[in-house]
Amino acid sequence: MDFELTNRQKQIRMAAREFAEGEFPVVAREYDRREEFPRELWKKACELGFIGLFIKKEYGGLGLGFLEFAMVMEEFWRVDPGCGNILLTTFGAELIQLYGTEEQKNKYLPPLTKGKAIMGTAITEPDAGSDILSILTLARREGDHYVINGAKQFITNGSIAHYLAVFCLTHPEADSRLKRFGVILIETDRPGFGALKITGKLGIRASDTAELRFSDVRVPKDNLVGEKEGEGFSQIMQIFNINRVIAASQGVGVAQGALDKAIQYVKKRKQFGQPLATFQAIQFKIAEMATWVEAARTLTYKAGWMIDHGKVDPKLISVAKYIAGEVGVKVTNDALQLHGGYGYIAEYDMERFYRDAKIVEIYEGAKEIEKNTIARELLGRV
Amino acid sequence: MDFELTDEQKDIQKAAREFAEKTFPEVAEECDLNETFPMELWKKACDLGFVGVFIDEAYGGPGLGFLEHALITEEFSRVDAGCGAILTTTLGSEFILFSGREEQKKKYLPLLPKGEAIMGMAITEPDAGSDVASVSTTARKVKGHYVINGSKIFITNGSIGDYLVVLCVTDEGEKIKSKRLSPILIETNREGFEANKLERKLGMRASDTAEINFSEVKVPLENLVGEVEGEGFYQLMTVFNHTRVAVAISGVGIAQGGLEKAIQYSKQRRQFGSPIGSFQGIQFKLAEMASLIEAARALCHKAAWMVDHGKIDPKLISMAKWFSGEVGVKVIDEVVQIHGGYGYLGEYGIERLYRDAKLVEIVEGTKEIEKVIIARELLGR
Repeated sequence: MDFELTNRQKQIRMAAREFAEGEFPVVAREYDRREEFPRELWKKACELGFIGLFIKKEYGGLGLGFLEFAMVMEEFWRVDPGCGNILLTTFGAELIQLYGTEEQKNKYLPPLTKGKAIMGTAITEPDAGSDILSILTLARREGDHYVINGAKQFITNGSIAHYLAVFCLTHPEADSRLKRFGVILIETDRPGFGALKITGKLGIRASDTAELRFSDVRVPKDNLVGEKEGEGFSQIMQIFNINRVIAASQGVGVAQGALDKAIQYVKKRKQFGQPLATFQAIQFKIAEMATWVEAARTLTYKAGWMIDHGKVDPKLISVAKYIAGEVGVKVTNDALQLHGGYGYIAEYDMERFYRDAKIVEIYEGAKEIEKNTIARELLGRV
Repeated sequence: MDFELTDEQKDIQKAAREFAEKTFPEVAEECDLNETFPMELWKKACDLGFVGVFIDEAYGGPGLGFLEHALITEEFSRVDAGCGAILTTTLGSEFILFSGREEQKKKYLPLLPKGEAIMGMAITEPDAGSDVASVSTTARKVKGHYVINGSKIFITNGSIGDYLVVLCVTDEGEKIKSKRLSPILIETNREGFEANKLERKLGMRASDTAEINFSEVKVPLENLVGEVEGEGFYQLMTVFNHTRVAVAISGVGIAQGGLEKAIQYSKQRRQFGSPIGSFQGIQFKLAEMASLIEAARALCHKAAWMVDHGKIDPKLISMAKWFSGEVGVKVIDEVVQIHGGYGYLGEYGIERLYRDAKLVEIVEGTKEIEKVIIARELLGR
């Protein structure tokens, strides 16, 4: 065992922290208010190497692991979750790197780290969320092409992406429900593709979310991720294993950020003639918040480390995601409470953190799905 | 980073599990009912090398770390926490190990892993619990001896210990409370020593607990742990940083044992025509319990690893301790709930878990004290 970060990891974390602290606070409130993707920040982050650091060197990345990705995400979310989601511009690159053909890797990965392209992964549909096997978007084979028809919902980067990895039905006739799917890369400038940005989200408003329509969108058959057909479902499950750890690190980050702000505030704020921090009820709350954050972080790092060492543990990953999501919501709620009225208004950032934190309990598998996964590992099929 | 146990650690864990599974179940209920310390079990555990694994080879131990001690503690507590208390027979040896003089180490430590002596540490008094600096048992110097007077309460191994490290006031004139104290080794066969076993504890009844009176107990000056007086409070804090990790993980062990029983039960027990494990209400409960246990265990492993690598982190240790204590109580509450009436009765051994788990939130620093420590580290004074 070794619970310490390597020097390299410490440096990466420090660099991420410095970048986020230097860049995010001045613009975060404004991007949230305008519900706008922080394009300038994304470009800078690309230049500094923060984007797609898990992408191998031959495809333009740093060849680091998902543990390092999680650490950077945590540091970014600690300062501002909405801005932090510039890291999600590689969403789907894990899939291409793991399962894509050499041509796909060469074509789609390098633009992401260079700041020349944004991608996303489109899985959820209006009537298929947690129950992802029920998606209806159809990719019909016509000669050397797929023709795609259907709709996707809640798609991160949907209205700003250059290409998307889209989870489609390719073999609706297959006997096994698990073998009916393929992931198809779709450039967003193809005719028949339509994206409608969703506004008025509760939080992470600087992160783009859209609903998508595909009307007879034609792509070459080579746009199927990988060479084998019918593998889409297992590919997507694997990607969830990775991205759930990243989502978990978001919960840790937003909680840590809220805790930092709360500590600062209770030391300054005086009531009844003394700083709030001198009251034991406040001290205990701070102690509990910090403990939850530490627990969630340790689980998240462990889950990330296991992935990087070829020991993907879906139960542990779900545990980390569920705990970290709940910790994010719990700790931002406590932090807002400690700020009182000041927490409720936009001036102190707490209300934004409170809104932002909630998403971790919903995306990349709702916490109920995490519990299903954990329970299945514990009980088997009952 | 490396989140995996070494092969040696896995072997230790497995051996501890096998030993506990083989030997605890047949005596656990009886030790609980009769409130007796499992002497035979303790001897066997010593023979197999489970007791005092953190004691250096030079003093008769295998020279492993507190992480290994924690791994054994979890496995023992998983099967039965009361029987697992055989591991507390080295309590106080940390004082000797860290602060003791060479002669003391040679005299008092080797007997412990061999199963030739049991020790304990006597800190708490009727009027000084969490407020440990307020202890009032005095050790006065009289003609080359300390003469000890006072009383201690809730002392683990108090009525079965061969010697105890007793936290005494050695300098009554010192104004700063925390500088008055010194740990003194007291053999329990000394005249004026009296221990009364405390009965009818809520749980952990196989573990011996006593109140102790010292009336003019004379011990040689060389029984002072270490060379100088007045360091007792600080020495104790260091000892707590080690012992709290073991207590913390006992909470994890109890919870893990309970979870496994609940899983087994919910697969067998049928209601409304199907196993209760098929109901999502039960599935989610189990998922939540398992998640909390995993989080608590990760904190304990980290805290123990840091201790073994010379990076004692009192904040992390306190986090591990309160969190694991609370997880133990919370998880076992759900374990009883899942077992319904059968959990409430003695037959399944579930009600014992409910009683045993609570101790972790109280012993070795209440969870409130852990929070005081965490908050102080975060907020300063």
